[in-house]
Amino acid sequence: MPNIKELTDLTTQVRRDILRMVHKVNSGHPGGSLGCAEFFVSLYQKLMETKDGFDMDGIGEDLFFLSNGHISPVYYSVLARSGYFPVEELNTFRLIDSRLQGHPTTHEGLPGIRIASGSLGQGMSVAIGAAQAKKLNNDDHLVYSLHGDGELQEGQNWEAIMYASAKKVDNLISTIDLNQQQIDGCTDDVLPMGSLRAKFEAFGWTVLDIEKGNDIEAVLEGMKKAKSLTGQGKPVCVLLHTVMGNGVDFMMHTHAWHGKAPNDEQLAIGLEQNTETLGDY
Amino acid sequence: MGIIMKTYTYTEKKDTRSGFGAGLAELGRTNPNVVALCADLIGSLKMNEFIDENPERFFQIGIAEANMMGIAAGLTIGGKIPFTGTFANFSTGRVYDQIRQSIAYSGKNVKICASHAGLTLGEDGATHQILEDIGLMKMLPGMVVINPCDYNQTKAATIAIADYDGPVYLRFGRPSVPIFTPADQKFEIGKAIQLTEGTDVTIVATGHLVWEALEASKALHEAGISAEVINIHTIKPLDDKAIIESVSKTGCIVTAEEHNYLGGLGESVARVLAQHKPTPQEFVATNDTFGESGTPAQLMDKYGLNSDAIQKAVKKVMKRK
Repeated sequence: MPNIKELTDLTTQVRRDILRMVHKVNSGHPGGSLGCAEFFVSLYQKLMETKDGFDMDGIGEDLFFLSNGHISPVYYSVLARSGYFPVEELNTFRLIDSRLQGHPTTHEGLPGIRIASGSLGQGMSVAIGAAQAKKLNNDDHLVYSLHGDGELQEGQNWEAIMYASAKKVDNLISTIDLNQQQIDGCTDDVLPMGSLRAKFEAFGWTVLDIEKGNDIEAVLEGMKKAKSLTGQGKPVCVLLHTVMGNGVDFMMHTHAWHGKAPNDEQLAIGLEQNTETLGDY
Repeated sequence: MGIIMKTYTYTEKKDTRSGFGAGLAELGRTNPNVVALCADLIGSLKMNEFIDENPERFFQIGIAEANMMGIAAGLTIGGKIPFTGTFANFSTGRVYDQIRQSIAYSGKNVKICASHAGLTLGEDGATHQILEDIGLMKMLPGMVVINPCDYNQTKAATIAIADYDGPVYLRFGRPSVPIFTPADQKFEIGKAIQLTEGTDVTIVATGHLVWEALEASKALHEAGISAEVINIHTIKPLDDKAIIESVSKTGCIVTAEEHNYLGGLGESVARVLAQHKPTPQEFVATNDTFGESGTPAQLMDKYGLNSDAIQKAVKKVMKRK
């Protein structure tokens, strides 16, 4: 099991991957990707129990579903660096004939991906279905999902949130990336959602906050706590407080880098702030 | 010497949705991976028998069809074969993006089972009478689209699609219609069934219109017109070969369906003929319109979806040969 230093190094390398991927094709979504680097690294390196290799059914292992598919750069980087496919393949992100589509898909057969996402608001329903399949299969592994906070404006989420508690889907940990930004601005300016804690609790979920969502130790501690709260009759919601664009100073605390790639000069600054640790792809 | 026409009779009428319910119940007994989901319409979809026998394999979703489609996609991850049940309107248009991304593009083995399709839903009116669903579903890459014609065929189709690995749209309806196909039929996805042999005109029909096509062929026979009736239960993939072979003999064709002529079976047939064998064609279908309240028979008459309408279309198309 990697130690904190190793996880931190990996996170830095993942941030470099994200910047280089979106820069190369001058498109993609760096902001949310950077904000979730610690979460993905924690999940795939420490928290999830996974089997060697990849099969779609995932029986006998933990599963993860990304609902806000636009943060594919962080997902691809962490999957590659966790051994799902060669890291060199990150070079093909968003290019023609690539398995690394702009938004994640099963269609091209990329190992690690179990559902297409991109059109927002659909991932929680899928995660619930997979969690209920685990129960039918007497498989006591967990299902994790990640959602943007702005994404919760999609109504299907609330159908899913209502259902998961009503049906006691307690093998599910749904994490909300609470960066308070969306394409058109702050979530509070675009469509204020009030207290997400109060909303999830009112819908019957167990809720816990990870205040330092970009501190790998805090993320690990919080997610371990979330894990300990499964199996108690309620689905678990983690409110992961993150900073969009984390780790690259000019990208932080703004929605401006939601879906915009850095130019050559900006890339150089970003990479300078995140020096190579494990080797670039 | 006149051709002796094969005739079809029936002793019982039943709704095709009950065929779905019976097929699902049988799957419950024979295939442990089959699970069922419903959005608050258990009785309408005739799912009670499956639920009574397999309560642990049934998921009541509530009135939340988008969530139902996502959950169904998720259940396939773990090897389940989910059958979703709700009205055709709520099975397609209401959840199109969910089906497109989470089921079709993701290649999930979900069976979308849709009752109360078309005008024959009746008195509830146009809000519930979808006439666009075949078009919506056939345009999705990889989606199989099936519209069986009677109770027996719907039951057989329900059982058959469990053995097919991939997304399927199964469309059926509410009214009682004659049962004229064999109870022991083997349902082959994508294989047209020739019901009568004829030389003057081809009539290809799907769903409730198949019986109407047979009725029309009887009347036409008495008028000296020999009609070849083909049951196209699978709209996608379409049995191109059967259609081309038949029109090669008859030289003209009428398509009949309880659906808008835009996007339906008729358009699929026209595409095949335009590419391979340009042939005069007439469409028995709704004419780019919504439905309205009324009894099924009144509606099928008003919107021209019955034996009379098919006979008129035949006479028209034969003049164009």
